[in-house]
Amino acid sequence: MTKLVKLKVNGAPYEGEAEDRTLLVHFIREQLGLTGTHIGCDTGNCGACTILYEGRSVKSCMMLAVQCEGAELSTVEGLATDGKLHPLQEAFWEKHALQCGYCTPGMLMAGIALLKDNPSPTEQEIRLWLHGNLCRCTGYISIIDAIKLASEKMKASPN
Amino acid sequence: MTPKKFEYIEANTVEDAVSLLVKYKDEAKLLAGGQSLLSLMKLRLAAPQYLIDLNKIDGLSGIKEHPDGGLSIGAMTRHYMIENSDLIQSRYPILCESTSKIGDPHIRNRGTIGGALCHADPSADSPPVVKALEAEFKLQGPNGTRIVKAQDFFEDMFTTTMSSDEIMIEIIIPKLAPRTGQSYIKFSRREGDFAIVAVAIVITLDEQRICTKARIDLSGVDSKPITATKTEEFLIGKELSDAVIDEAASTVPGQVKPGGDVHGSAEYRSAMSEVFTKKALIQAIANVGSLN
Ligand SMILES: Cc1cc2nc3c(=O)[nH]c(=O)nc-3n(C[C@H](O)[C@H](O)[C@H](O)COP(=O)(O)OP(=O)(O)OC[C@H]3O[C@@H](n4cnc5c(N)ncnc54)[C@H](O)[C@@H]3O)c2cc1C
Ligand code: FES
Ligand code: FES
Repeated sequence: MTKLVKLKVNGAPYEGEAEDRTLLVHFIREQLGLTGTHIGCDTGNCGACTILYEGRSVKSCMMLAVQCEGAELSTVEGLATDGKLHPLQEAFWEKHALQCGYCTPGMLMAGIALLKDNPSPTEQEIRLWLHGNLCRCTGYISIIDAIKLASEKMKASPN
Repeated sequence: MTPKKFEYIEANTVEDAVSLLVKYKDEAKLLAGGQSLLSLMKLRLAAPQYLIDLNKIDGLSGIKEHPDGGLSIGAMTRHYMIENSDLIQSRYPILCESTSKIGDPHIRNRGTIGGALCHADPSADSPPVVKALEAEFKLQGPNGTRIVKAQDFFEDMFTTTMSSDEIMIEIIIPKLAPRTGQSYIKFSRREGDFAIVAVAIVITLDEQRICTKARIDLSGVDSKPITATKTEEFLIGKELSDAVIDEAASTVPGQVKPGGDVHGSAEYRSAMSEVFTKKALIQAIANVGSLN
């Protein structure tokens, strides 16, 4: 038996069918068609599925879709507006903070969550914040550099 | 990985949730942050038929000051709220420190203190700290509420004294005596891993710097969080010289029964229980008086 789950994603209304046991990440990808959010491990370890739930970062493989009735989510699809990349996405591009791109949606959403609470994080704070997001390609340095650059960009032109 | 089929029920009040537990008994499980339970359900190590979600119950989350100087923490208070609480930092800094070591920031945005305690993982961060702080837990069941001491709560691996129709609603931490020092040290291979060994110490000295009270609790070195009772007794009445600290720490390996795994053999964990008790003792003594 499935239930109709209505929620807001990136500010727009969405709805989809979910079994009680459907994981949020599967619902976002398969029911809502938002495949930017990735599945890496399904165990809460890798961070590829990181999204914002009610404004805070969570691993969407560690929640149920039915828990999101009426909730507000943000996913990587909501970052660019009118075809213009978000400053954090620009910074990832400029600093070569991705290779295969598998971890990138999760890294971006983790970065967004960090910069929201802490607009000027130190390198140590960035490293600590990202330890639940694994990247098998970049070696992390370029990701850390990109978040630092985004912090400067966002302070220079806040919106 | 998807859990086995179950029926999801959102509880609106604690009474609601208790009556569902009474009705469905062992076929039901409570869902708090889900950061441990959903993992078990995906692996099919847990397969409840009814999942009772506590997340919509009002009043189970939050930090309250007691007039006598203690604190109450609602069971559904999330880890991130605890690690960032100035009130907790000003009284029980080891609870902020240990909570900030759990998993990663995203896990801490969902996971709750009640869930972490009821899960009773023998390597978890919160249990040794609440034990060392001599916390008590308020549980609610069909016959009302009762209080259990943290000291008596953890029975074995993933097993507590709570019965299947009870819900933890509050963690109560008493005021500490003056001239008390606290420390928490977690040793793991990588940030966010479960502890190879973790030590929580709360120690009180008198004006002459003689130890009048010591609480030493460890994680990762037994089938449950354990108290190094012999070490505590050894310290009482002594002036804490380097030699006394060394001798006290050397009594710890004899009191632990670690298992071995890929992160550390039993021998290694045992040896590290001495090393980290010594480090934590030095730190706790240095912290005496830092809060008052
Ligand atoms: C990748 C990862 C890394 C982690 N690393 C660490 C770590 O380093 N250290 C650490 O300590 N933990 C770690 N954890 C475990 C985890 O963060 C906590 O154990 C978790 O937060 C448990 O709390 P929860 O609210 O998510 O509980 P849930 O998973 O919802 O519940 C856990 C258990 O407690 C029961 N329960 C929950 N609340 C109550 C209540 N109020 N009354 C009665 N029973 C209740 C549930 O029925 C269930 O059996 C990690 C988890 C993950 C996924
Ligand atoms: S897929 Fe969710 S943490 Fe890896
Ligand atoms: S870019 Fe390939 S996993 Fe990070």
